[in-house]
Amino acid sequence: MKELMVRAIYCEMLGYEASFSYIHAIKLAQQGTALEKRVGYLAVSLFLNESHELLLLLVNTVLKDLQSTNLIEVCMALTVVSQMFPKDMIPAILPLVEEKLNHPKEIIRRKAVLALYKFYLIAPNQVQHIHNKFRKALCDKDPGVMTASLHIYLQMIQENPEGYKDLTTSFVTILKQVVGGKLPMDFNYHSVPAPWLQIQLLRILLFCSTIFLCRDVAALCIHCYCIQPLSSFPAILYESAKCIGNFVLSLKINLKYLGLKALTYVVQQHPKLALQHQMTIIECLDHPDLIIKRETLELLFRITNAQNVSVIVEKMLDPFLKIMLCCCIIYTLFIVLILFSYEEYTYAPDNEWFIETMSTVFSVGGDMMQPDIPNSFLKLLSEGFDSVEEDRKLRLFAVDSYVSLLQGEPGKLPQRFLQVISWVLGEYSYLREELEAATVLRLLAKLLDMKSTSSETKSWVLMAMTKLCEGGAGVSVTQEVCETYGSSLDTVLRQRAQELQHLSQDCELRARVLPRGAGLEPLEVDSSLSFLDGFVSEALAAGAAPYKAPHQRQEELAQAKALSLEPYGLSLPISMSSCSIADRQSPTLLSVSSGLSTTLKLDGVKRVWGREGYLSEREPVEESAHVEVPSPLQSPSQQGEADSSQSQTLTPIPTPQPEQEKQQLASSLFVGLGSQSSVCLMGKSESTTQRFRRKAKDLAVSSLEQTSQLSQGPAAANGICDVELTGSDMSETSPTLIRDNGVVAADPAPHEDPDKLKDLCLRTHLPAEFSGLCHSEITPLCTNQTLDFSACHLQKEDSLALVVFIYNSSDSDIQEILLELDSDELEVSCVCDSPVQEARSHSVAVCQYSLTVKRPSVHVEVVGTASYQFPAGTPHSAQFSYKLPLTSFIRPLTVSTEEYGAMWLDFSHDTKQKLTLISDGQEPLTDTLNVLKKKLQLHVVEIIGMEGIVACRLLRDQPCLMHCRLHAGTLSVWLRSPVPDLPDCLMYHCQRALQEH
Amino acid sequence: MYKNSINFMLLFSRQGKLRLQKWYVPLSDKERKKISRDLVQTILARKPKMCSFLEWRDLKIVYKRYASLYFCCAVEDQDNELITLEIIHRYVELLDKYFGSVCELDIIFNFEKAYFILDEFLLGGEAQETSKKNVLKAIEQADLLQEEAEAPRSVLEEIGLT
Repeated sequence: MKELMVRAIYCEMLGYEASFSYIHAIKLAQQGTALEKRVGYLAVSLFLNESHELLLLLVNTVLKDLQSTNLIEVCMALTVVSQMFPKDMIPAILPLVEEKLNHPKEIIRRKAVLALYKFYLIAPNQVQHIHNKFRKALCDKDPGVMTASLHIYLQMIQENPEGYKDLTTSFVTILKQVVGGKLPMDFNYHSVPAPWLQIQLLRILLFCSTIFLCRDVAALCIHCYCIQPLSSFPAILYESAKCIGNFVLSLKINLKYLGLKALTYVVQQHPKLALQHQMTIIECLDHPDLIIKRETLELLFRITNAQNVSVIVEKMLDPFLKIMLCCCIIYTLFIVLILFSYEEYTYAPDNEWFIETMSTVFSVGGDMMQPDIPNSFLKLLSEGFDSVEEDRKLRLFAVDSYVSLLQGEPGKLPQRFLQVISWVLGEYSYLREELEAATVLRLLAKLLDMKSTSSETKSWVLMAMTKLCEGGAGVSVTQEVCETYGSSLDTVLRQRAQELQHLSQDCELRARVLPRGAGLEPLEVDSSLSFLDGFVSEALAAGAAPYKAPHQRQEELAQAKALSLEPYGLSLPISMSSCSIADRQSPTLLSVSSGLSTTLKLDGVKRVWGREGYLSEREPVEESAHVEVPSPLQSPSQQGEADSSQSQTLTPIPTPQPEQEKQQLASSLFVGLGSQSSVCLMGKSESTTQRFRRKAKDLAVSSLEQTSQLSQGPAAANGICDVELTGSDMSETSPTLIRDNGVVAADPAPHEDPDKLKDLCLRTHLPAEFSGLCHSEITPLCTNQTLDFSACHLQKEDSLALVVFIYNSSDSDIQEILLELDSDELEVSCVCDSPVQEARSHSVAVCQYSLTVKRPSVHVEVVGTASYQFPAGTPHSAQFSYKLPLTSFIRPLTVSTEEYGAMWLDFSHDTKQKLTLISDGQEPLTDTLNVLKKKLQLHVVEIIGMEGIVACRLLRDQPCLMHCRLHAGTLSVWLRSPVPDLPDCLMYHCQRALQEH
Repeated sequence: MYKNSINFMLLFSRQGKLRLQKWYVPLSDKERKKISRDLVQTILARKPKMCSFLEWRDLKIVYKRYASLYFCCAVEDQDNELITLEIIHRYVELLDKYFGSVCELDIIFNFEKAYFILDEFLLGGEAQETSKKNVLKAIEQADLLQEEAEAPRSVLEEIGLT
């Protein structure tokens, strides 16, 4: 059996399915002798993963083996437990594992610690109560057990850096002992004492972040090539930069990689440090390893500035590098770098350089490039910069260089580049006066003849030719092209060729359709196609069926199908096409067709009744005058009309009237009807009021800063709101807060403490509807040179509001701040009218979000990204995260005992645990429940003797019930909910609340 | 989803044949196969002079070639690459000590032993015991038990046969 199991493992590894043997693996672990057990456990741990249902069958075996007197069996059981164990079954074996922490054998203790670490990872609340035992493990006399316990501490300290400050000195002592060589020799690794242990300790200390350690840590970091801790200790950066330089220079490839990586970390904080390594870095670019190159490019990207941009770019465009770069994603990063630097403008040395670089980039990057890169390049060209003369020069140079490229060997250029070239030539070749349009046309026509040119490129070329053809010598070329492509199979090409033909013959029309140098004016496209209204109504009058949107057609089809009760009824011949019948010309079918013709004839008759009722006549609308570009004034009404014709809510429009009147009528009619336009209008009005409100607040702040007397204004306003809101269930807590507010606001010298002042300022920015609710402390999220982000949350009855404050400390206004919030556990919805905010200089913008829980977790986190742009043009972004406990989403649930009983049976997810009682008073149960009620906002339904029942809900409307019983000096708590994980999380918080008390 | 420091460990030959795989994160069979196929291809395509680190999806891959075998570890982004490389090396040292100058065939024919050693060295995605002596001691003890268990049975079998 053992051999067979080993073979099954081997088969599985080779990729063959061996699921039939899973159950046998479990059986082997259960029934076999010690050595069979070993293979059985191994097979189980390789075959099954944590969520596999067969794993439940293993629980009993594990339980038995944990109690075994055989050390090896205990070891095996602990190994498999720390590999994987079903989460729900942890309580069953937890006491046994805990007991093993005191086992005389260190190998058992070590494995038990790791098993508990695993439990901590998958269900942190289950091992809450054994934190003290971890401390014992940390002080264990065996270094192995101590090392194992560090895993747990790293995790715990990461989550709660404040809670373990007292252990910092212990960690330092351990580290000193390790470095001092106090460990047994067999922990040495190539004469370095326990490097893994050192790294682990360093990572822990990183989170403790105690600055006084700096020197020691620096020595150690370099000692064991540890780079990450370095970047967070600025004081030692200079010292370490020297060593990093040695790494980068190192011949050993792995050290080089790490050196580059470390340098990237360091450079982010002190760009100057990279300067001394500049040449080394550039040399790394020539390295044959792609990964090294990638790291180097990333590093270069970070140190680019006005002086070195041309050197760096030149180096990047080195022919040797280019070949390698083609297949590398980083290539796009690098192009973005150039574009970005050029947009700064001051960076780029000159026009020629830019155009030439871009040409090289296009011809090298070719079709691998993302399509938005050529697009943004063209946008850059057409929008231009500040000075008109510079723009002209830039375009002129582009035209020159592209003409010479086309005169060379255009066949080698990638398609994307050809598209760019043809666009530029079409748009700007008139700038070069001595260049004849005919020459350019001939060059372009040459492109069309090439076999390698794709049809997409051809249509770009044809478009360019349409812009260029202007009588004269070019006529013959255009004529030829039109003839060739006028009959092309590709419809797009044929369309372009037709356009070219018509426009080349009609000069006037051409001038109107394609005005020269009109690139700057935004083109308005009438997407509703309202200019076709006349045509449509004529066709309707002639008896054509009204247009139906595809979805509508489908719907009707489905309806027709559903209603057709007779499968072989008349519907069959009608659905046949008359065309096929005519083709066949068989006498039997002809009779059918004659029957058909009666129904077909109906189409010729004027339609008066449609599906929706009476179809009113619509007069042809004469709008041919503004075919292409409708003026903005008229567009809303036109849109309205188009809506009406499309959606078929045919509101009767009275017979001919002067046009203007009709438009007025239409606009007034459709404002209410068209859902889109009405929303848009409302949105606008809202935004204006809000802006007004914001301005008012700005005023309030400035007055606050000036005199303290005036600052009582907002506070007083708050007070009024509070009185109105005392009916809410928050009334218990809010009065104290009001008092707080009042005191702070009336503080005669708010200037003393800038933080306090800031907090106060922000507080006054809280939207008016929140002024009565208790809000959390306003915590700063992130800060950069210009913007300060801070946030607080407010508990409302049916939601949790998150308010983000953006304080602009610069002297210029920042127009568009796009704030995006996201969370794994929460649903975030924006309450403001738009996610885009503007922050005026030295004032605050406020964004409001409403949060509800999607998936319960002990702590939930919102991650936000703010992207904004300075007036000068560079885009910036800032990231932050905001952490909330689950308790802020918990509200009392008022139910009666009967309702509680009914609900209790329905809920499927539960958890049980014993908690400590608060036993200082007369009635421990009542006292404990009151504490929970106060801290977690639970609702105590009833207390009957030794038992109590409590109910709460998680926003929004996810109930959780709690049953408590006094038992032998502890409180056994049983939580039930329809939501998975909610009982676990709530149990954690209950435990916390009682511990903190 | 929680995070281990080591997500998985793969051993494969120069021909791309998997020799050992250990997963410390719960993944479905299909995902495992896809990941190992992808990684084996990427790593085999790299030249001997290139560095031992790869950035792959959101993980860091640390690999090293010993004779015809590639040892490959996937760690979280914030983990230290070099120390992971040393973990691989320590594992190779352990194998070497146990088998006595280990070769690929040792691992093919005794791969369950290789797993046992790995289980004593790494547990649940973290280094369990870094002392070479301790790991080997634990393995030897378990092996001793195995021999003891085997010995009486063979005697019984003999009796049964005679």
